[in-house]
Amino acid sequence: TQCLCATTGVEDEAATFQQEHRHTGRRRDNDREKKRKNERRRKRRASKAEEAGDELPERSEKTDKSRRRRAKTDQEPKTGVKEDGEQFKVKSEKAAKSRKDVKNEKNKKAEQEEAEAGERNAKGKKRRESAQKDEKEVKQEKVAVNKKAQKVKKKKHKEVVETSSEPETSEADGDEEDDEEKEVRPETLSAEELEMLKEAVDERKKLIQSLRGKPWPMKKKLVTLRESQKFVEKYEGALGKGKGRKFYAYKVMMTKKWMKFQRDFENFKTACIPWEMKIKEIESHFGSSVASYFIFLRWMYGINLILFGLTFGLVMVPEALMGRPYGSIPRKTVPRAEEASAMDFAVLWDFGGYAQYSVLFYGYYNNQRAVGWLKFRMPLSYFLVGVGTVAYSYMVVIRTMARNANESGVGDDNSFNFSWKMFTSWDYLIGNPETADNKFASITTSFKEAILEEQESHKDDNIHLTRFLRVLANFLVLCCLAGSGYLIYFVVRRSQKFAIDGLENHTWWERNEVNMVMSLLGMFCPMLFDVISALENYHPRVALQWQLGRIFALFLGNLYTFIIALMDEINLKRDEEKIVKFNISTWEAGLFNGTLWENSTAPPVTIQPADVPRGPCWETMVGQEFVRLIISDTMTTYITLLIGDFLRAVLVRFLNYCWCWDLEAGFPSYSEFDVSGNVLGLIFNQGMIWMGAFYAPCLPALNVLRLHVSMYLQCWAVMCCNVPQERVFKASGSNNFYMAMLLVILFLSTLPAIYTIVTIPPSFDCGPFSGKKRMFDVIQETLESDFPAWFSRVFSYASNPGLVLPFILLMVLAIYYLQSTSKSYREANVELKKKLQMQNEENKKKSKRAALKAQLDLEEARKAASQNTEQQKNNSGSLQDLEVDEEEKHCTSHRMRHGKNERDHPSPGGDKDHQPAATRAPVPRTYHHDVRGPPGYLPGFPRQSEPRMSRAPSLQRH
Amino acid sequence: MGNKQTIFTAQQLDAYQDCTYFTRKEILRLFYRYRDLAPQLVPLDYTNHPDVKLPYELIGSMPELKDNPFRQRIAEVFSEDGEGNMTLDDFLDMFSVLSEMAPRDLKAYYAFKIYDFNDDDFICKSDLEKTLNKLTRNELTEDEVRMVCEKVIDEADLDNDGRLSLEDFQHMIVRAPDFLSTFHIRI
Repeated sequence: TQCLCATTGVEDEAATFQQEHRHTGRRRDNDREKKRKNERRRKRRASKAEEAGDELPERSEKTDKSRRRRAKTDQEPKTGVKEDGEQFKVKSEKAAKSRKDVKNEKNKKAEQEEAEAGERNAKGKKRRESAQKDEKEVKQEKVAVNKKAQKVKKKKHKEVVETSSEPETSEADGDEEDDEEKEVRPETLSAEELEMLKEAVDERKKLIQSLRGKPWPMKKKLVTLRESQKFVEKYEGALGKGKGRKFYAYKVMMTKKWMKFQRDFENFKTACIPWEMKIKEIESHFGSSVASYFIFLRWMYGINLILFGLTFGLVMVPEALMGRPYGSIPRKTVPRAEEASAMDFAVLWDFGGYAQYSVLFYGYYNNQRAVGWLKFRMPLSYFLVGVGTVAYSYMVVIRTMARNANESGVGDDNSFNFSWKMFTSWDYLIGNPETADNKFASITTSFKEAILEEQESHKDDNIHLTRFLRVLANFLVLCCLAGSGYLIYFVVRRSQKFAIDGLENHTWWERNEVNMVMSLLGMFCPMLFDVISALENYHPRVALQWQLGRIFALFLGNLYTFIIALMDEINLKRDEEKIVKFNISTWEAGLFNGTLWENSTAPPVTIQPADVPRGPCWETMVGQEFVRLIISDTMTTYITLLIGDFLRAVLVRFLNYCWCWDLEAGFPSYSEFDVSGNVLGLIFNQGMIWMGAFYAPCLPALNVLRLHVSMYLQCWAVMCCNVPQERVFKASGSNNFYMAMLLVILFLSTLPAIYTIVTIPPSFDCGPFSGKKRMFDVIQETLESDFPAWFSRVFSYASNPGLVLPFILLMVLAIYYLQSTSKSYREANVELKKKLQMQNEENKKKSKRAALKAQLDLEEARKAASQNTEQQKNNSGSLQDLEVDEEEKHCTSHRMRHGKNERDHPSPGGDKDHQPAATRAPVPRTYHHDVRGPPGYLPGFPRQSEPRMSRAPSLQRH
Repeated sequence: MGNKQTIFTAQQLDAYQDCTYFTRKEILRLFYRYRDLAPQLVPLDYTNHPDVKLPYELIGSMPELKDNPFRQRIAEVFSEDGEGNMTLDDFLDMFSVLSEMAPRDLKAYYAFKIYDFNDDDFICKSDLEKTLNKLTRNELTEDEVRMVCEKVIDEADLDNDGRLSLEDFQHMIVRAPDFLSTFHIRI
């Protein structure tokens, strides 16, 4: 466990160390004065150490041992790293040796100085210990010198690591020493040293944090972690002085606690994500595209849960608890005529009877301004929740879209077409043989396609025929759409006729015609489209998008026909309402007169609320329609799932034993999981929720229920009776496509809702807004009665068209401005990308040319060499020397980095500077090795991350 | 929970959490997955670091890996002995790198190692051919394979040495839109 060299790039460190000494050699004179100062300090410390007494001999032995061990361990990892090869071993050995030499020299020097300085320190035992400390200090001084000299920054960093690894070994040596050191350290350290120590500690902390991202085997990581933790723990406390020290310790403690808390919280959070395991299982069986549907479903569930919370907590519960109880007023009671059948299951299933006259629907709510002892403003709350639901949905959808756009905007250039196909086409998630088979097949076809494309970029066979077929297909699809739209309109009209006749004397089919027709259309039309799209001969991905677009249009058309029919019905109801209103007034007058006549002194007759005549309440009707639609949609989905997937799977599975052809591979086979269809279904379902939620507060609750059930049901169905789809469907790119559809649906579904709210006056005898001219008058009312006068005045000023119009104008301008800037950014982006690509190609060409030239030169050199065999030996010998020289130069220059040595630095761009090096025959290869592996360079990592890490602290220092 | 605590000490769990991208629960779950592969070999007590290795045959039969054409390479790259025999540490390491949380660079590094079949730190033509044949189950003709390999090298080889170095590979792979989503295993 002594492997202290597991810190970042120890090998580099060794080399820089070498350089360090060179520098310090030059500056030794300067250093000397400082050393004297230190000397005095050291003496003080040593005299303290004298008191420690007898342990010292032991300790000195230990330190001796430790030093030896250190030298050994320095070398260990170097040899351990595979890639480095022999060169580096040699080099590192060299480095280690020279380091040792320098150290010894240092020690001697220090001893001499000590001897000069004072006879009090005559005890030789102590000397070594103090010498070691001296060594540390000297090194730190070196850093300080360096700082003054403003040399290359990286070295400094290396030095830090060096110093940080130093105390660690001494720590490992023995506990007694530790204790003493801890006592001694804080007081004796100068500010600079403290700074260094702090940095070292920070370095370690950073290391701990980035440890999981290091490409090391676990053992190495564990060891490094343990040591770094030990180090941090030990020296953290020693930092800071006096008050600052306490504060620092406190801070450290708190950060530790905070980290722990964060970790626990993270654990807790991941444990809280619902269905994670289920989705993971599906993902591992079916790949990421099917899982993307379930993730989408879960996301939807989350949104609906929040919508449900809003409506349930702010509308339904307050009304149920604090509003007037059932049966107290006409709108809260079942009318006399319906009372007999109000509890029948058939009626309840249609959301009539008791269900209709409950908190589930708009009509039940009272227009009382404030309910209960909380003085809860019910109508206002109802209105605001309606608005808030929509606003929240918009916000969430748009935010998600923006985030997705960020993620997916990595780049879509085609420069690595084949490489990407080769290295990223296998989905490592796949853990199911059938999916794997499909994937193999699809990869093969995609390769073949790409090859074909490459070979003959444009080979079009009979373009006229395909064009004709495509036009025909689109025509057919349009016919389908128009037909389905007309069918729905027709059915809705018919159902209105039935409704006027009275529902009782019609069959079940006639009553549920609308919903059934809509569901059936939604089920069969996509299949029709699928057949039609076979005509078109598109690329599967394009075909899929067409298909999605068509289904989308179908659903949308159906929905809007339904809404238009509903509008007609609303108008009918409103006509009815007028008549009823007139009747009621006469009825009331009659009642009043009658009682007056009979007995003028008696209190007004109490009439059962159930007997009071009432209007048709179109809002509740709309709500009911939507709820019925949702229910029937859900039922169709589940039933198709059970019959289409489960029953089919069972039949195929068990009839296969006694059938004349192979059912599993042949015609019926198992069904695929239709990701796009399911997603579309989900989106439209959500659209209906958004549309109807204002008139039926129970809709979000219903939807939550539905999504919950379908999560389990579909998970089960997918795992038990579906086969993975064959069609290539990228999950990553399509997410935003879904979201865009969701946004469109959201917009389209809020339109009718807003239209009805704004233009149609509410019913006169039901709902929270009864008696008002428009629903949004509730805002006005609240402003007038609940807020101080000045507020309403301000508001009225603010809502003055003279202010609103400029404001809108301003917003439009701002949007325009943002849009145009984003556009220009995008253009600049494309431009830059193009430039980069050009640069790349140019570089490639250049390096290709350079390589060619090098090859030629090499051949020439060979020829020359073979011609005169006599000189060859000499030549090769000198060549080898040259090689070695080159090597060393490179290895040092590599560490010098940048600056004047830039020339030797390998740049893949192969500039003019690069060429001479490349033309020298044997060099490129060694060169390459050099680039790849300065000792300790684990390919890819340290070199990328290290400069960053080292630069950050050094920047802070200035 | 009391029962679970005895497998690892709290420090061990913490250390594993620092070294991998997993939460406590996931580490324990992975341990059980590991143990389920060979319950007779793996002890239920890991507090004193027992030296247990599972042979490649067991690792490769996990459902997560069994259909992967590169399973043997994956196991070889992540095992300490280079032959696919894995200790628990290797096992955790492997799934940590292949988890969703691992950064692109780390994944790219290991992806390179996986596709570098002959361990020479370069992806050369033979590596590419092997990769391609594994991906397509030898269904492409020789000409096609050769052409694809040439195309790949032509596209991605920046220093023009006829093979892909780690830099080349990283340069290419960090631009791939699907790399992160496909190069991970859920467990």
